[in-house]
Amino acid sequence: MEHIRTTKVEQVKLLDRFSTSNKSLTGTLYLTATHLLFIDSHQKETWILHHHIALVEKLALTTSGCPLVIQCKNFRTVHFIVPRERDCHDIYNSLLQLSKQAKYEDLYAFSYNPKQNDSERLRGWQLVDLAEEYKRMGVPNSNWQLSDANRDYKAAICRCSQPLSGFSARCLEDEHLLQAISKANPANRYMYVMDTRPRHRMQSWWATQKDIGRIILNAMANRAAGKGYENEDNYSNIRFQFVGIENIHVMRSSLQKLLEVNGTKGLSVSDFYSGLENAGWLRHIKAVMDAAIFLAKAIMVENASVLVHCSDGWDRTSQVCSLGSLLLDPYYRTIRGFMVLIEKDWISFGHKYSERCGHLDGDPKEVSPVFTQFLECVWHLTEQFPQAFEFNEAFLLQIHEHIHSCQFGNFIGNCQKEREELKLKEKTYSLWPFLLDDQEKYVNPLYSSTSQKPAVLEPNTVAFHFKFWRNMYHQFDRTLHPRQSVFNIIMNMNEQNKQLQKDVKDLESQIKQHKNKQTDGVLTKELLNSVRPESPALKTSLCLKEQTLLPVNDALRTIEGSNPADNRYSEYADEFSKAEPAVVSSEYGVARMTC
Amino acid sequence: MEFSELIRTGQAQAELLRGPEMPPLRGTLCVTGHHLLLSPGPQATPDLWLLLLRSVDSIEKRVAGDAGTITLRCKDLRVLQLDIEGVEATLDIARSIEALSSLESVITSFPFFYRPKGLRLGEAWHFHPPERYYKRIARETWSSPLPVPQTRAWRLSEANEDFSLCPSYPRAVIVPRAVDDDALARSARFRQGGRFPVLSYYHAPRGTVLLRSSQPLTGRQKLRCAEDEELLRAVLAEARPGARGFIVDTRSAQAAKQARMTGGGTEAKAAYPGWKRLHRPLERGRPLQESFVRLMEACGDPEQSMDRWLSRLDGCRWLSHVKEALSTACLAAQGMEWEGACILVHGAEGTDSTLLVTSLAQLILDPLSRTMAGFQELIEREWIQAGHPFQLRCAHSAFSHTRPKHEAPIFLLFLDCVWQLGRQFPLSLEFGEGMLLALFDHSYASPFGTFLCNSEKERCLCEVRTRTHSLWSGLNQPKEQRKLRNPLYVPNPLAIWPSVEPQSLRLWQGLFLRWTHPPEPSEVAWEKVWQIATDQKTEGSQPTDSASEPQP
Repeated sequence: MEHIRTTKVEQVKLLDRFSTSNKSLTGTLYLTATHLLFIDSHQKETWILHHHIALVEKLALTTSGCPLVIQCKNFRTVHFIVPRERDCHDIYNSLLQLSKQAKYEDLYAFSYNPKQNDSERLRGWQLVDLAEEYKRMGVPNSNWQLSDANRDYKAAICRCSQPLSGFSARCLEDEHLLQAISKANPANRYMYVMDTRPRHRMQSWWATQKDIGRIILNAMANRAAGKGYENEDNYSNIRFQFVGIENIHVMRSSLQKLLEVNGTKGLSVSDFYSGLENAGWLRHIKAVMDAAIFLAKAIMVENASVLVHCSDGWDRTSQVCSLGSLLLDPYYRTIRGFMVLIEKDWISFGHKYSERCGHLDGDPKEVSPVFTQFLECVWHLTEQFPQAFEFNEAFLLQIHEHIHSCQFGNFIGNCQKEREELKLKEKTYSLWPFLLDDQEKYVNPLYSSTSQKPAVLEPNTVAFHFKFWRNMYHQFDRTLHPRQSVFNIIMNMNEQNKQLQKDVKDLESQIKQHKNKQTDGVLTKELLNSVRPESPALKTSLCLKEQTLLPVNDALRTIEGSNPADNRYSEYADEFSKAEPAVVSSEYGVARMTC
Repeated sequence: MEFSELIRTGQAQAELLRGPEMPPLRGTLCVTGHHLLLSPGPQATPDLWLLLLRSVDSIEKRVAGDAGTITLRCKDLRVLQLDIEGVEATLDIARSIEALSSLESVITSFPFFYRPKGLRLGEAWHFHPPERYYKRIARETWSSPLPVPQTRAWRLSEANEDFSLCPSYPRAVIVPRAVDDDALARSARFRQGGRFPVLSYYHAPRGTVLLRSSQPLTGRQKLRCAEDEELLRAVLAEARPGARGFIVDTRSAQAAKQARMTGGGTEAKAAYPGWKRLHRPLERGRPLQESFVRLMEACGDPEQSMDRWLSRLDGCRWLSHVKEALSTACLAAQGMEWEGACILVHGAEGTDSTLLVTSLAQLILDPLSRTMAGFQELIEREWIQAGHPFQLRCAHSAFSHTRPKHEAPIFLLFLDCVWQLGRQFPLSLEFGEGMLLALFDHSYASPFGTFLCNSEKERCLCEVRTRTHSLWSGLNQPKEQRKLRNPLYVPNPLAIWPSVEPQSLRLWQGLFLRWTHPPEPSEVAWEKVWQIATDQKTEGSQPTDSASEPQP
């Protein structure tokens, strides 16, 4: 690799992100073609994929060395101190090059080789295949599609981009199409058109121009540019609904603010909550959820078809349609169904993954956490409905990991056309079969498919039900997480239950056999005793050992037993050791005065 | 006094609204000495709806036409609405509730009349006497792993037998053996409210101790007390030669200094060699009560925007208090576990934030206190017998219109901190959220006598132990267990060090938003966890059952 000058640096320090003292691990840093690897003195490995790197910074030289701060798209932040500035500079330059590739062919997926042959790879791609369903794609200006979420309902979710109507222009064909959708639904004679953009600021002005009060600034600006929204007068039987989801730029800066707040050392509770408020992140999450709920209700309660659109139809529209489908159809709440949902509403509808995730060195203004928001909304749903989803949080985190990793072909490219041109199915592997192979890591042990509840989820979007998703934004800051995993123990209990049930069956059949041969009670008892004793010991051993919070990337996210040194109050230990009266710390000085 | 004097009306027709999820209840409303009853008409279910009047925190009445509405805000944070036929009846019922719910007399309160089936009077009151804890310490000091066996370092003193040394201490307390009862009496005179330093917890693995007291009465003249100094010197001497001690003062250095003006103060460094003071200011009293009130105001408004909610959550500062309490407890625990130091905790009176810190430090360090029985013992020993004035602190919860005098949710803050521990160590506490909720409810209004009065002295005067039922006997009934226990509990012999970062602390929704139900209440999932956990146990024993079955 022409970008790599230094492959190995020794005596590098890795600082703890949240420690106020300068606690650090010393180890060796390696640079490979695909990863940055740090191995500390305990032989613990930290792997960082180049594609995950969002930002590399070289800070001013200090006495201990040259600090190198790396921020990753999966919200890992590492702070190295490299002893020699020259090494630091080399690594810095290499990472700048390696983290931003100019062309698709240089992405990891095109070199990643999990030792599968072609037919295995092809089967992997066919696991979740929507090609059949979407032959009708590509109609200009109306790339909307019927969702199969409504098999049971007569209403439909439809999607499109904004109509290019301008101030007075009309498109008869488009109007006819909407009429057709509306008429295709015998249960209700009207349909909704949802514009996911916010309508504020200019609303009052517009209301005086037109007596429909459902107009927004964005639509206004677009209208002047020859684009716009459906004119209600021209589309009869259509009800308009605007839901305020902000654009990609607002979302990007909101996430930026959120990360700034939670990356602060020595953060106080007050700063955390005011920071959360100022970032507006949870407000945006709530807006997406509210829109999805409106969609689901229109279909469920009013039996109305809904056409969803935003500006381009691949960001907010994807969020709202996919979440709406998730609320309506239990199939999408299964592991496999969720994969289909992502393929359907995101990948095949042209969510611009490569631009939104910044896979290539491109326009930073196109980067936006639209899909991350979708995953967060799903997480909020799993929190509100702990039994409704077949998958767990680790599944969502793993998918998030791979939209940025470029290790698999699924999320590479910006639309179906581009993806086909890249021949992704021939040159790269699909993520889904790998996730399915590890399915047991991603199963929600509380899932119940036959829940007595109605199949449609009705989440509550009152402000207090929204929480900061610590396991996403602090995935790698292990000191912030619970030290014991409920998931592991429940999974193990479930496993044991199954094993015991099997044992019972086996034993019962053996007893039957024995009874047929000879009625010797003593023998059966011995037989039984020989099987039983293992379970209690197994249970205890599980819990006292080191626990993994999230079963993803075990090596990286193991939680050691709790230790006060992991936490910030450990810094108080310094006070303990400073106990000799001769030392006058500032606090001690105060203490003295009072005595 | 006759309750009938306060009851202005016999009965009225009313409809009760209990929130959006619960169906309204229609029937005859009736006020008795201790309860509000609603008995549904004969055609409806025969179930009686019952509310302990003591649990009413505030009451609002409105009349319109020939009907009235009463809104009851309860101490367990529930809000109830009664629509009553007849203006006169509404006003009479409202006045009756007002009068009866604010009665201050202890001996006419409901626990003195409550006689549930299946429980015997006097049962479970003997569970946690100080003698019992002393026996444990004696046992642990005998088997101490340290080179110098600390046998006989501590003794059980009955110097406070008649509550003359300290009205808020129990009859027996654990003190260094080297200090005699006369010295204790002098030390008591040097401490506010007579709360001289006593042993709170013996940390056997390191042979160190946690002590608690109130502030020393040094005053402007910087008085000293030889016996008090001797007591703390003896603590260090008996722990280990050269042992160090830390005094965790739950006030700021500034506040501790100011306390001298009113006769209080803090330990002078020169007078207590080997001891070092650390100031960790914890909020208590009115600011804490106001924090609780503001939090509940925020939790009562489902219409607010996300920004408003976050700003109110920040503004009420409740989670800051949680963080400070946990950090201070960790500091104390860490001093014992890592530094091998002895710790003395006190604030001013030593009955509020002091107990918060000592009890949390024990939960962090002591695996026994994390069991169901151990936790009950901890609350009995470190809160009830240690003289936390429950009657004063829990007179009103967050909805009262009256100006708070002595109210402060310090026990609630403790429960919240325990809940945070339970979230971070979901397998290490034998009790679940249900236990913490039950303790919260009962501390504010209860048919049991456990949380009555402000001290052991008062409880003796009122004969609480002989004339009321103990909460522990109520909670330890088998039918309550599924609600109170943690199905995932596995004993954990290690200390549990929580993270106190703001990202790791969470609002206790199960309590503060208990009555604004989420769509799928956590109990449903919890029930499933119970099923999985108990399945395992029953099936684990199943082979034995089937072994006996095929015998002819």
